Amino acid sequence: MSTPTPSHVFQANLTPARRRESLIFGLFGGATYLVLLCGALVFGTIIFKGAGTVFQAKAPFINTSFLLDAPESLHVFQFEGKKMELGDRAFRLFQAEHPEVAKLKQESYIYSAGGIFPCIVGTLLLVVGSMTIALTLGVSAAIYLNEYARDGMFIRFIRLAILNLAGVPSIVFGLFGFGMFVIFFGWNVSLIAGWFTLAFMVLPVVITASEESLKAVPKGFREGSLALGATKWQTIRKNVLPYALPGILTSSILGIARVAGETAPIMFTAAYVVRDKLPWQVDKFSDFFFQGVMALPYHIYVVSSKIPQNEYTERVQYGTAFVFLVLVAMIATTSIILRNHLRNRYKW
Amino acid sequence: MVTTAPILMDTRPVAPASTFRPTTTTPAAAGPGAQAAPAETLIDIDHVDFFYGATQALHDVSLRIENRKVTAFIGPSGCGKSTLLRCLNRMNDLIDGTRIAKGSIRIRGVDIHQHDVDVIELRKQVGMVFQKSNPFPKSIYENITYGLRLQGVNNKARLDEVVEKSLRGAALWDEVKDRLDASGLGLSGGQQQRLCIARAIAVEPEVILMDEPCSALDPVATAKVEELIQELRTRFTIVIVTHNMQQAARCSDKTAFFYMGKLIEYADTRDIFTKPANAQTEAYVSGRFG
Ligand SMILES: Nc1ncnc2c1ncn2[C@@H]1O[C@H](COP(=O)(O)OP(=O)(O)OP(=O)(O)O)[C@@H](O)[C@H]1O
Ligand SMILES: [Mg+2]
Repeated sequence: MSTPTPSHVFQANLTPARRRESLIFGLFGGATYLVLLCGALVFGTIIFKGAGTVFQAKAPFINTSFLLDAPESLHVFQFEGKKMELGDRAFRLFQAEHPEVAKLKQESYIYSAGGIFPCIVGTLLLVVGSMTIALTLGVSAAIYLNEYARDGMFIRFIRLAILNLAGVPSIVFGLFGFGMFVIFFGWNVSLIAGWFTLAFMVLPVVITASEESLKAVPKGFREGSLALGATKWQTIRKNVLPYALPGILTSSILGIARVAGETAPIMFTAAYVVRDKLPWQVDKFSDFFFQGVMALPYHIYVVSSKIPQNEYTERVQYGTAFVFLVLVAMIATTSIILRNHLRNRYKW
Repeated sequence: MVTTAPILMDTRPVAPASTFRPTTTTPAAAGPGAQAAPAETLIDIDHVDFFYGATQALHDVSLRIENRKVTAFIGPSGCGKSTLLRCLNRMNDLIDGTRIAKGSIRIRGVDIHQHDVDVIELRKQVGMVFQKSNPFPKSIYENITYGLRLQGVNNKARLDEVVEKSLRGAALWDEVKDRLDASGLGLSGGQQQRLCIARAIAVEPEVILMDEPCSALDPVATAKVEELIQELRTRFTIVIVTHNMQQAARCSDKTAFFYMGKLIEYADTRDIFTKPANAQTEAYVSGRFG
């Protein structure tokens, strides 16, 4: 490629280095867009297929039955030349009117009719409880490590342990929770065992992030407060923690997504495949804590692996995944709004 | 020393903040010949060796800071001015591995590093203004009332009164009286530093320590703070660290010159700047080194 005579000193020309650069940039860009495409495909499929379950054409446009009912089995059969698809309750009513259906050939699919209300409730309860425990323990530990403990071998060892703990697969936390809470403490498969297992799983992240947030608060605020005759704890409570809170919340948003989404930690500790009653419909108060719950991620696991895949079951499979995504997004948005609100209040 | 030791003891529930205040009547306050001269010693720094871990930052420093006077610490960077200042309200306690290996610092005869001294009580009496102004990211009002609220004062009328008094005391009232609820961080650099001074005087300390309070300020803001120091000197004992010779000359009564962790010369400011006894002092104040 012979270079034409430049018309001025800054004349652009394609040197090999230039060409290599555009090639490399092209590759990097391509990789980025490929990732984006995969993400869009995953979300797109779930939204496209799930929205059909959750929304409907006629008012109120949301399929309230799917959101507010318990799961039921779906009965599919031919009746007088018509194909019928009925959930448990409807099927029983229908059978009362037409006793002959009992003799008809019918297929039935569990969990494929009705809704997923108990799973939504269960997941919300798991998230709120475990995040409360994780934040309480995590922020306390971070305050101790960052403000009180003297840096030494032991503290450095603890930090290292916390860091490593963050990388432990969630199934290991699940087994730990099973051994510790379910068996050793004798809590059985229960909401409270799930709370603690999930809390322990996100604790390393919460501690590390809380410590970072505490570190980010300028030393001058602490010194200024101490110089006015505040105790260390007064200083932390009034003049450090409020400013660190937005950062702590940011980290817990990630924690929320994990707590809401992980299946492995709850499958041995908190999740029931099916529970007829809602968590608060209990005989005695303690049963609220000591009974398992249904949960969205576990329900997704069940309906996608324990029942056949076909046009009748697809409804609940994609619908559940869709609701799950929306729920996590909503919780995260709430925390982001809360965080921004706090951040605007304490800016420096 | 023996007679007044309980003053700084951890007796917070009982002892009112004012036990430390009585100025001239306390017998222990009277150093030798105190009743005659107005030069009454408030802080007695006695042969102090100070260490950061293994490195010694102060070597055998002795000086007496007088009550209701402005004392300036000058000297080249790293000579230990801040270190000594932070000894006076025990801010050095916050740094791991610091210790006073020898000597003592007495305020009104009480050795402030004694075990039974309550550091909280000490810091209420010995306030501090930092080099980098550090208003809290709260409203101006909350900044001023921070110290009082810590002491459990919640009476709105009383707080309002203190806010006005302190802001007037720090020559800031007229500039901020209409926006007390605005953040302290919205003020200019000079205003922020005066806010920090107001915050310090709101708890009515006896001593105010200032570590290069004007180093980040422009000449106009500096002049304002200096003016303020002139007004405060009648009510507080002020110790100020400065790199600015003129500032030391303008606002202080006594000046201490430090070099490499040693006190080289301590005398009336006028004498330090006009007829220093030491050749190093002379070289420093005339700008030939440091
Ligand atoms: N936190 C610390 N740990 C260890 N050494 C320190 C620490 N702070 C100060 N020093 C050392 O102590 C000596 C005195 O420091 P100091 O801060 O008192 O100096 P200074 O006179 O205030 O200086 P400047 O005018 O620069 O503020 C210096 O040699 C410094 O390196
Ligand atoms: Mg200094």
